[in-house]
Amino acid sequence: MDNLFLLILLPLISALILTFLKTNAAKSIALILSLISLALTIPFLCAFDTNGGMQFEQNWTWISFLHIHFHIGADGISLPLILLTNGLMPLIIGTTFGKNYKGNFYALMAFMQAGLLLVFLALDAFTFYVGWEIALIPIYFICALWGEGDRIRVNLKFFVYTFLGSLLMLIGILYLYQQVPNHDFEWTSFIALELEDHTQRWLFWAFFIAFAIKIPIFPFHTWQPNTYTNAPAAGTMLLAGIMLKMGVYGLMRWLLPVVPTGVALYGQFAMILCVIGIVYASIIAIKQDDMKRLIAYSSIAHVGLISAGVFSWNTNGLSGATIQMLNHGISVVGLFYVLDIVQQRTQTRSLSELGGIAGKAPRLAIFFMIICMGAVGLPLTNGFIGEFLLLKGVFQYGFWFAVFAGLTLILGAVYILRLYQQTMLGETTEKTAQFDDVKGGELIILAIVSCLILYIGIFPNFLLNLSAGSVEVLSTFLGR
Amino acid sequence: MSELIWLIPLLPLIGFIVNGLGRNAFSKSMIGVLGSAVVLISFVCSCMLFFDVYQSRQAGQPGVIEQHIFDWISVGHLKIGLSFLVDPLSAIMLLIVTGIGFLIHVYSIGYMHHDKGFGKFFAYLNLFIFFMLLLVLGSNYLVMFIGWEGVGLCSYLLIGFWYKNSSYANAAKKAFVMNRIGDLGFLLAVFLILGTFGSLEFSTVFAAAKNFAIGDIAVVSITLLLFIAATGKSAQIPLFTWLPDAMAGPTPVSALIHAATMVTAGIYMIARSNVLFVLSPFTLQLIAVIAICTALLAAAIALTQNDIKKVLAYSTVSQLGYMFLGLGVGAFTGAFFHVLTHAFFKALLFLGAGSVIHGMSEEQDMRKMGGLKKAMPVTYMTMLIGTIAIAGIPPFSGFFSKDEILANAFVASPILWGLGFIGALMTAFYMFRMLFMTFSGSFRGTAEQKHHLHESPKSMTVPLIVLAVLSVLGGGINLPEALGGNHWLADFLSPVFAEGKALTPVTNHLEHSTEYLLMAVSTIGVLIMAALAFNTYVKRQQIPEGDEAPRAFLSRLSYHKFYVDELYESLIVRPINWMSAFFGNIVDQRGIDGLVNGAGKATYDTGKVLRLLQNGNVGFYLLMMVIGVIAIFVYGLLSL
Repeated sequence: MDNLFLLILLPLISALILTFLKTNAAKSIALILSLISLALTIPFLCAFDTNGGMQFEQNWTWISFLHIHFHIGADGISLPLILLTNGLMPLIIGTTFGKNYKGNFYALMAFMQAGLLLVFLALDAFTFYVGWEIALIPIYFICALWGEGDRIRVNLKFFVYTFLGSLLMLIGILYLYQQVPNHDFEWTSFIALELEDHTQRWLFWAFFIAFAIKIPIFPFHTWQPNTYTNAPAAGTMLLAGIMLKMGVYGLMRWLLPVVPTGVALYGQFAMILCVIGIVYASIIAIKQDDMKRLIAYSSIAHVGLISAGVFSWNTNGLSGATIQMLNHGISVVGLFYVLDIVQQRTQTRSLSELGGIAGKAPRLAIFFMIICMGAVGLPLTNGFIGEFLLLKGVFQYGFWFAVFAGLTLILGAVYILRLYQQTMLGETTEKTAQFDDVKGGELIILAIVSCLILYIGIFPNFLLNLSAGSVEVLSTFLGR
Repeated sequence: MSELIWLIPLLPLIGFIVNGLGRNAFSKSMIGVLGSAVVLISFVCSCMLFFDVYQSRQAGQPGVIEQHIFDWISVGHLKIGLSFLVDPLSAIMLLIVTGIGFLIHVYSIGYMHHDKGFGKFFAYLNLFIFFMLLLVLGSNYLVMFIGWEGVGLCSYLLIGFWYKNSSYANAAKKAFVMNRIGDLGFLLAVFLILGTFGSLEFSTVFAAAKNFAIGDIAVVSITLLLFIAATGKSAQIPLFTWLPDAMAGPTPVSALIHAATMVTAGIYMIARSNVLFVLSPFTLQLIAVIAICTALLAAAIALTQNDIKKVLAYSTVSQLGYMFLGLGVGAFTGAFFHVLTHAFFKALLFLGAGSVIHGMSEEQDMRKMGGLKKAMPVTYMTMLIGTIAIAGIPPFSGFFSKDEILANAFVASPILWGLGFIGALMTAFYMFRMLFMTFSGSFRGTAEQKHHLHESPKSMTVPLIVLAVLSVLGGGINLPEALGGNHWLADFLSPVFAEGKALTPVTNHLEHSTEYLLMAVSTIGVLIMAALAFNTYVKRQQIPEGDEAPRAFLSRLSYHKFYVDELYESLIVRPINWMSAFFGNIVDQRGIDGLVNGAGKATYDTGKVLRLLQNGNVGFYLLMMVIGVIAIFVYGLLSL
C-alpha cells in the first residue's frame, strides 16, 4: 500500500461519481468517499520513515519530447499537508450537512482535493503547476456559485489576482527549465542548479509574489477579506484551511531550496512584510463588526506568522510552520463552522446584533471557547505548540522581529475575546433570543475539532517527528 | 509519595472534567462534595509530600524530588518535558494552593448555593487549581508557563462568571489581555533563556547561571522580561489596573485567585529564579522601585474606596508591592513569608467580605452597611483578626512577615523603609476604616436588607475560623532571631536560595537594637492609625459622601484611582481603535486595495482604448503597417 497516485486518483473518481448525483444522498456519499481517502492516507503515515528523504516516489513520463514527467513523492513537509487535506475534507463535508448542496458541489470539492494533493506531492515543476491551477478552478466556482453578496466581482478579482501570481511563477519555472542542462522540470534538477546571484534575485520575486498572493502576505492580501466573507462557509474553510497552505508549501518546497541566495538577500524584506502583516491585520481585526471579516483578518495575521517562521529558516521556525499549517487548518474550520452556525440561526454576521448565546447554547459556548483558546495559542492547545516554535524560530532570526511578531499574543487575545464576548456573552438580543443549542452532526464535528485542538496541544510529538527529518534537511540549504 | 506527584494536579483535573460534564446532571451537594474532595485529596497528598521534603531537610539534604512525566515538545535539539519539581519552595506553595483552595471550595458550597451556574463554578475552580499546581510544580519554565497562562484563562472565566453583565465580561477581557502583555515578556524570556543556557530546566539553568558575571547583559534582559511577566500576573505598575476590576467575579474567586494564589505567582517565579535575579542588581533595584511605588499608590487609592471588595483589591495590589519590595532588596525568604501570611489573612478578609455581601443581599457599598457586628458575630470576629493581621500588629502573622521585609529594606536603604512605613500606616488606616464602616455604628441599608440580614451558614464560617487561626499563628513559622525565634522558614527554604545567596555580596547585618526600634516605631504608628480610624468612623460616625460630591484635590485623585484607567484609555486603547479604523478603512480599502483595483482598472481602460484601433478600416491598417516597416528599418540602420 504505497501507491501515492491512488490518493490523487480517488478524489478524481469521487468527483466523477458525485457530479451525477442530484439527490440528497450526495452528501453521505461524498463523506464516505472522503473518509476512504483519509483511511488510505494512514498507511503512508505508518510506513513513513522520518529520515528526511523523499519517499513513495512515482515517476512516469508525461510529455516525452519536453521531458515532462508526472513525478510525485512525499517527505516530512508534504506528508503533514496530505494529512491536513485528507483530514479536513470529511470535516468540511460534515459542516455542510445542514445545507442544501447537491452532488456538483461535492464534486468540485473532490476535484479541488485532487489538485491540492497534486500540489503537495509534485516533484516536477510542471506537475506542480498543473495542480496549482487545477485547485484554483473548483474553488472559484464554489465561491462564485454558492457565495453571497457581491460574489461574482469579488471572485473575479480573486481569480485574476492569484492567476497573475501564477503567471509570474510560470515564467520562473520556464526560465529554470531552460537552465537545466538536459531541460526538464524535475525538482531535484532545479535545486541542483547553481544560479548566478542576479538570476536568483528576480527569480525570488517571481516565486515570492506568486506565493505571497496565495498565502496572502501583506500587502498582497486585499483579495482575501472579501473573498472569505462572501464565500459559502465550506468555501472559506477550503480557502483558509487548505488552499492557502499551497503558498506556504510553495515557499518551503520551491523557493527556499531553489533560490537560497535570493532568499538570503531578500529574506529579511519578506520577513519584514510578514511581521508588518501580523500586526497590521491584527489591529484591523480588532474593530471589525462582521465576524467573518474579523476571522479573515485574523487569518492574515496567523499565516503571516507561519510565513515568518518559514523565512526565519531554522529548524524551529520550519517545524513550527509545518505543524501550524495543520493547526491553523483545524482552527479555521472550527471557527468558521461556529460562525456559520450562528449565522444560520440568527441571519446575521454583525457582532453588534449578537450576544448572549452562551445562555441559550451552553454546549456551543464551550466548544467555541476551546476553539478560541486554540486560536489565541493557549498552552495545551495546538495553537500554542505552533506559535511557540514559530516565535522561537523568529526569535533566533532577530529579537525585535520576535517582539513585534509576538504582539499577536496580545492583539489576538483582544480580537478573539471580543468576538467571543460579542457573540456568546452579555444579554441576548432580538436575533439571539431564540437560539437552539448544537446537536447531532454539529456536535460531532465540533467535538472532533475540539479534541484535535487539545490532543495536538498535549501530544504534538507525533506530528513534529513527521516533519523533523525533512526540516533538518531543508535548513541545510541556507546560505548554500 | 514521591512517585505519585502527578496525582496532585491530576485530581483537580478529573474534578473539572467530571463536574464539567455532569454539571446539569448531578445534584448541587454532589458537585460541591466532589469538587472539594478532589482538592482535599490533593491537599493530603501535598502534606505527605511536604513531609517527605521535611524529613529530607531534617537529614540535611536539599529536599528535591524531580519527576519526568513525558516528552512534551521535541524538535531537533529542543526537548521540553512535562516534568515536576518538588523542593522546599514548591512544597510549601502546594500546601497553600491546595489547603486554602480546599477551604475556599467548602466556602463556595454555601456562597454559591443559589447560583444557577453552581456546577460550572466548581468545574472552573477545579480547573484553576489544576493549572495553579502545574505552575507551582513545573520543573522548567515552559511547564510553569502552561500553568501561568492556564490560571489566566481560569481567571478570565471566573471574573466573567456572571457573563450576562457586560461590564463583568469587559473586566474579564481586560484581565486576560493585560496578563497577556506580561505573558509575551515571559515567552521572550523563555526564548532568551533557551538561547543563553540551552535548556529550560530550572536545575540546568541555575547551575549554568552561576558561571555568569554579575550584570551580564543576557541575564539582565532575561530578568527584565521575567519581571514584565510578573507585573502582569501579580498586578504591579504599570499592569495593575486589571486586578481591581477583577472583583467582578464571585467573592470566593477573589479570595482564591486574586488574593491568595494566582497573583502571587509572579513572586513565586522570581523567588524560584533568584539566582538569575541576584546576577542582575539593576533588575532588583528596578523591582524595588516599582514595588514601593505600587505599594504606595494602591494604598493611597484604598483610603477612599467605598466598595468593600475594591478596598481589599487595592490592598492586595499594595501588599503584592511589599512582597516585590522584599524581592527587590534580596529578601527572598521575607517575600515568600509574606506570600504565605498574606494568603491566610487576605483569603480570610475576602471570604469575610463575601460573608458580609451574602448577608447584605449582594450589597457591596460600605456606606450602606454599618453595625453588622451583632448580626454577624463570627464574620466580625474573624475579620477583626484579619484586619489586625494585615495592619501588622504583633503578634499576628502579618506583623512578622511585613517586619522582615521592612527590616531588609532598611538595610538596603532607609528611604525604602520610610516609604514602606508610610504604606504600612495607610494600610492600617484603610483596613480599620473598612472594618469600622462595615461592622460599627448603626445600620444604613434598606429595611429589606435589614430584614434579610443573617450570619452565614457553617460551610462559610468554618473556613473563616480556620483562616483566622492561621492568620494569628502563621507568623510563628519564621520568628526573627531578635524575638527569640529560629527562622524556621528561612532555614527550610535555604537550599532554594543558597545559590543566589552565595552570589550576593555580604551586606551589613541589622543590629538587634535597631530592629527593636523599627518594630516599635511601626507598631506605634499602626496603632495611632487604627485609633485615628476609630475616631473618624466610630466616634464621629463620619460616612463618605456620594460619588458626585466635591472633594479636595488629593482625595479626588485617590477616589478616582489617580485616573490611571482614563490615562490608559486615552494613551493606548483609543489610539489602537483609531488605528484599527484607519488601517481598515483608509489604508487597506482605499490605499492598498485601491492600487490593486487601480491596476486592474488601468488594464481594462487600456484595453478599451486599444480596442478602438481595431476599427476595420483597411486604410488605417496599411498606414500602421508602413509606419511599422519604417520603424524597423530605422532601428536596423541605427544598430548597424
